[in-house]
Amino acid sequence: MAKSKVVSLAEAMTHCHDGMTIMLPGFVNCGVSQTLIEGLMQAGIKDLNIISNNTSVKGKGIGKLVHDDRIKHITCSHIGNNEETCAKVVAGEINITFVPQGSLCEKVRAGGAGIGGILTPTGVHTPMQDGKQLLEWDAAAGKYKFVEPDEPQNGARYILETPLHADVCFVHAYKADKMGNVVYHRTARNFNQTFATAADFVIVEAEHIVEVGELDPDEIMTPGALVDLVVQANMED
Amino acid sequence: MRKPTNEREMIACRTAQFFQDGNIVNLGIGMPTQCLDFLPDGVDVWVDTENGAIGLAGAPGEGDEFPVDIVDAGGNPSKLRVGGCCFDSFTSFGYIRGGHVDITVLGAYEVDGEGSLANWMIPGKAAAGMGGAMDLVSGSKITIVMTMHCDKKGNPKIVQKTEMPLTGWKVVDYVVTELAVIHITPEGPVLEEISPNTTVEEVVAKTGAKLIVPENVKVMSF
Repeated sequence: MAKSKVVSLAEAMTHCHDGMTIMLPGFVNCGVSQTLIEGLMQAGIKDLNIISNNTSVKGKGIGKLVHDDRIKHITCSHIGNNEETCAKVVAGEINITFVPQGSLCEKVRAGGAGIGGILTPTGVHTPMQDGKQLLEWDAAAGKYKFVEPDEPQNGARYILETPLHADVCFVHAYKADKMGNVVYHRTARNFNQTFATAADFVIVEAEHIVEVGELDPDEIMTPGALVDLVVQANMED
Repeated sequence: MRKPTNEREMIACRTAQFFQDGNIVNLGIGMPTQCLDFLPDGVDVWVDTENGAIGLAGAPGEGDEFPVDIVDAGGNPSKLRVGGCCFDSFTSFGYIRGGHVDITVLGAYEVDGEGSLANWMIPGKAAAGMGGAMDLVSGSKITIVMTMHCDKKGNPKIVQKTEMPLTGWKVVDYVVTELAVIHITPEGPVLEEISPNTTVEEVVAKTGAKLIVPENVKVMSF
């Protein structure tokens, strides 16, 4: 029988440390790992580099880390749902890198899939191309060429987006078995499935932990092979 | 279908006339979602949301079961209609960028005569981020901007060439305002329709971009 990956919240936190880069999937405050983030709060872990889509809402989820100044840098697509994040970014207390939402997901997918980068049309001729390499399809030559931002465009143009990777990823599951096989629920799946592929260490919090064999192999959305630990989610968090 | 009762509803109602039965539509937060109140008779659309669902059916009302784990692109609880489906963000943005969304509707700070759109960042002001807007405009089959024709100071929001940080370059197909429907074509912005409450001269005067004015400009009907 497979060894159980189920541990206490406190034990899971021994795998987290100051200054780590951590992926916190979720959309606004849906599908965010509330229990594991509460664990970071209790463990006093700080100076975090966060990769997420948003920063939840004020005082909840990632918003707790924002409120208590645990974050050094955020890579995300939108912070508008949390006025406290906006204020701290303006005050220079948190550094931020905006990435278009689809590009964010693709960068993480590349990081998890062993791909050296992706070409996306998203953000071409916008501030999102600043400092990045641009490629344009040269139909006559049948290959891409690198171009400068101010060159006239003569073919399909793309930004070369590089992979993202993290030390740790927190995943919020609806159901997980003791081997870490995961099922997500409705739109709480969002970034969890992709982000779970791109960290050295993956900790799942599950609303329901079930025995191995209870999940139908076809319903499993994230294979347990990607998961290191499973923690019981506390739905009060 | 109910009739519009104010300028914002006129914009939503006219925009909804672009929808065809069975279309997959992505509607920005705020005014664009009002289009659903004005669907033409016989037209049913499927609402895509960037966070991973097709078939959103609006906020839960009294007596509705509270939708656990289903939110819209603003993070607010939403119902999912029968036949709706949920998926991960990777699938969602593949769908969006890959040209599978029929119509995207969103707002603008400025849009220009080439169809370039600025709607996420005002220079000198803190930005909240672009979310999925840049992906949506780069991939949708048709992108429609719905906006008041001028800003609160009376300056045109449709300009010859915007200097603002872009959301997308040459991405907008139509601009719908309380005064006009403007079709962005390779030749330039064409004034296709005007509101019953205005004149071609007024629209031209309130538009920063040089409009192409056909001989017969239609009047919007609701």
